[in-house]
Amino acid sequence: MRQHLFAVMVTASALLETASPASAAEVEISLKSHSFSPPEITVPAGEAITLTVRNLDARPAEFESKELKIEKVIAGNSSIIVKLRPLKPGRYVFFDEYHEDVAKGALIAK
Amino acid sequence: MTAALIIVFREILEAGMIVGIVMAATRGVVASRLWIAGGIAAGVLGSFVVAGCIGVITAAFSGMGQELLNATILSIAVVMLATHNIWMSRHGRDLARHVKATGEAVSAHRKSLAALAIVVGLAVLREGSEVALFLYGSIAAGGSSALSMMAGGMLGLASGAALTVLTYFGLLRVPGKLLFPVTSALITFIAASMAAQAVFFLEQAGVVTTLAATAWDSSALMPQDGFAGSILHSLIGYNDQPSWMQVAVYILTVFLISCLMRVFRSHSSRLIQRAISGSHLPVAR
Repeated sequence: MRQHLFAVMVTASALLETASPASAAEVEISLKSHSFSPPEITVPAGEAITLTVRNLDARPAEFESKELKIEKVIAGNSSIIVKLRPLKPGRYVFFDEYHEDVAKGALIAK
Repeated sequence: MTAALIIVFREILEAGMIVGIVMAATRGVVASRLWIAGGIAAGVLGSFVVAGCIGVITAAFSGMGQELLNATILSIAVVMLATHNIWMSRHGRDLARHVKATGEAVSAHRKSLAALAIVVGLAVLREGSEVALFLYGSIAAGGSSALSMMAGGMLGLASGAALTVLTYFGLLRVPGKLLFPVTSALITFIAASMAAQAVFFLEQAGVVTTLAATAWDSSALMPQDGFAGSILHSLIGYNDQPSWMQVAVYILTVFLISCLMRVFRSHSSRLIQRAISGSHLPVAR
């Protein structure tokens, strides 16, 4: 009985692990005084990516990318996590919607 | 200033159109204006609450709080829109206008008004919180730029309101007999569009992972953020790069609401309709 339970738990945890891709590449960018750093970031194409965006300003920002289909508010002095599906190789522009004219950056999938 | 105008207008475009459609759909219904105004007021109030708690909301559910909140808001709105359409198809198109409204019809109207007021409130809440955050950021910056940003923001809000008025009067030009089917159809498409958007947020949160591949890419042909694209997006949920799951849920929602409207269109209400159109009795008020 106990062995069965153990087997079930092992299977369950294995299933959970495959369900949440732990293999997602992690990248981080930050936003300060309406500019992204780094302004361009290279990521592997064809892989799930977890992108963290830190807003180092006290004012809220809205991280947006039309190509990546993201629109997410970031409160002042905090960060957001964005999960990206595997990308085709290419250049994906993003910006702070509240300051679109200056706060721009790009994700390059290779 | 122009930048602020455009940002605010873009945010409230969808809510503005929804309010116009709801106003047209409930024209002539007692107290409908009051309900809609109440919905807008609640939405604005809620916007400030969400904007104030955005840090907490973002951090919730391992960083996926915003997505899950959006998906929840949209799902509730879908249910409310569907309920409205089903109730209205059950209680006859112009029943209230042509005969002394039965107690049942009155209560159906009241319930569906409440449902639509909730939809209006949720639509305003979803987009209003972003406007509130943007304007808050502008004020926090201080100086003369803050003033011009605020002015631009206010102009953006005003143009959103103008769009509501335009949608409303545009729909009123539709002949009386067609107004009910047209608003029902629009509400069905808006519900389907919101359901697909809810799927999008669930995909973003990593909750929905099946059928995630992009169904088509028409962004070169008609970009979703362009003029035609954004109007079509607000009206029927046009998306230039939907996933297969979003397409499936959109179609399923249209299908389900249409079927339920047909099923619930009661025999008795059809009999009353026939009696009204057949006889030329003076209309009771």
